[in-house]
This record gives sequence, C-alpha cells and structure tokens, in this order.
Amino acid sequence: MQFQRRKALKRLIAAAGTIGVALGVWKSRATRAAEWPRDAYGASTVADALRNLYGTGETTASHAVKVRAPTRVQSGGVVPVSVSADLPDVRAISILIEKNSPPLAAHVHLSGAVAFFAINVRMASTSDVRVVVNAGGKLYAPKQNVEVLVGA
Amino acid sequence: MATKIRTKTINGETEILVRIDHPMEDGQRLDPKTKLRIPPHFIQKITFALNGEEFAVADLGSAVSKDPLVKVKVRGAKPGDKVKVGWSDNKGIAGEKEIAIT
Repeated sequence: MQFQRRKALKRLIAAAGTIGVALGVWKSRATRAAEWPRDAYGASTVADALRNLYGTGETTASHAVKVRAPTRVQSGGVVPVSVSADLPDVRAISILIEKNSPPLAAHVHLSGAVAFFAINVRMASTSDVRVVVNAGGKLYAPKQNVEVLVGA
Repeated sequence: MATKIRTKTINGETEILVRIDHPMEDGQRLDPKTKLRIPPHFIQKITFALNGEEFAVADLGSAVSKDPLVKVKVRGAKPGDKVKVGWSDNKGIAGEKEIAIT
C-alpha cells in the first residue's frame, strides 16, 4: 500500500513538473540562465551580486586583469570603463560600482570572444569600480581597485 | 532608436563598437512636469554574433549610461564577415543591426 502511494506521488510530481515547464511557470536552469539575472541586479552588496552570478564571492587578485577608467569625472552620468584580462578561458566579466545601489552595472558572457569588455556606466558618487573576471570557473579581480572621483 | 556599429581590426583582433540610442531610465529620475518617478526603461541584453555564431552576450543593468556604448573584441574575423548585434529592453522593445566588417 505504501509503495503504491509513493509511486503515485512520484508520478504526480513528475506530471506537475512537466505541466509547469509547459506553462512556462517553472523554468529549467538553462532557460533561467539565459534570462536577465534579476536577483544579481537586485543584490545590494557586491558580495551578494557575485554570489548570485557565480555562486561565490571569492576572488583572486591578479595582475592579468586590467581596468581602465578615468580618475575623475565631472558628472557621474557617463563613465567609460574598460576591462581586459590576459587569462585563458575567460567566460564572463562583471563590472560593479561599489557605491551604486544596486552595485552591479553590467556583465558579459563570452564564448570565443577576446577577454575584453568596455561600457559606459553611471556612477552615483565617488566610488571604487570593482571588476570580476570568470576564467575557467575561478574568479579574478585586479590587484588594485580603481577609484573614480565624481564631481569637480 | 538607432543602433550604430563600428569595427576596427588591428593584428587579427577586431574591436566592435556599438552605440544604441536608448533613454536607459533607471527608475530614479523625476519627470520635471508631473513630479512623478519615470519608470525604469533600460536595455537588458545585448547579443553579439559573428557570421551567425554568438560570441558574447551582455546583461546590462539600469546603471549603464544613456545611449550605451559597448565594446567587445573578437579574433579571426575577415573583411566581409557579418557582425550582428541584437538588443532587448525591459519593456520588450528590441532592435538589431548587422554590418559587414570592412
């Protein structure tokens, strides 16, 4: 009797799952990954955003990650940031602005591209620009954080 | 909303510069007339493909500047190869542009 019940329950869950996927209510991980990462962009700290994107907030400082950004800007509306990483198997690059809320500004998934990404970001105030590079599954950050001074 | 692409190839590496006209409202700005917050309207995804093969997908947040300028680089592109950039925003509006590398 117990065995019958367990089998029936398993079948019910499987059926519910299939219906869920069909309705689009319950998405497989692949579909979710391809969507916009809402939780990462909602995270209020750099560590939370990284954990949401990559599963961990731990980074290794490396000379191979180079960040270019102006030292000072008059207004934080347009701050050009460019990242290049001399590392093998670079899969993703993320740019976070420490004092922005939320801090995650942009990130790019690379598959076969050169390890490079540049984008103009908005900065709310003087802050560090944090960059994280996913190379081969491990996270790397530049040896020194780049600080951009906002406001004359 | 225009999308402009420029490419520059140096030493086998092609830099692809994309500029998309887009308000990129972060949802914090107040409309000067109504004094109400303008709802967020920003590009969420930009995809880059070389000859039909996607090599980069960028996820953007509302902290990206108005009329975003994005650069990526790819190797192995030859003159005549097609670069296609597609983007979509949080309101479902999308756009794309394709150019041939010179």
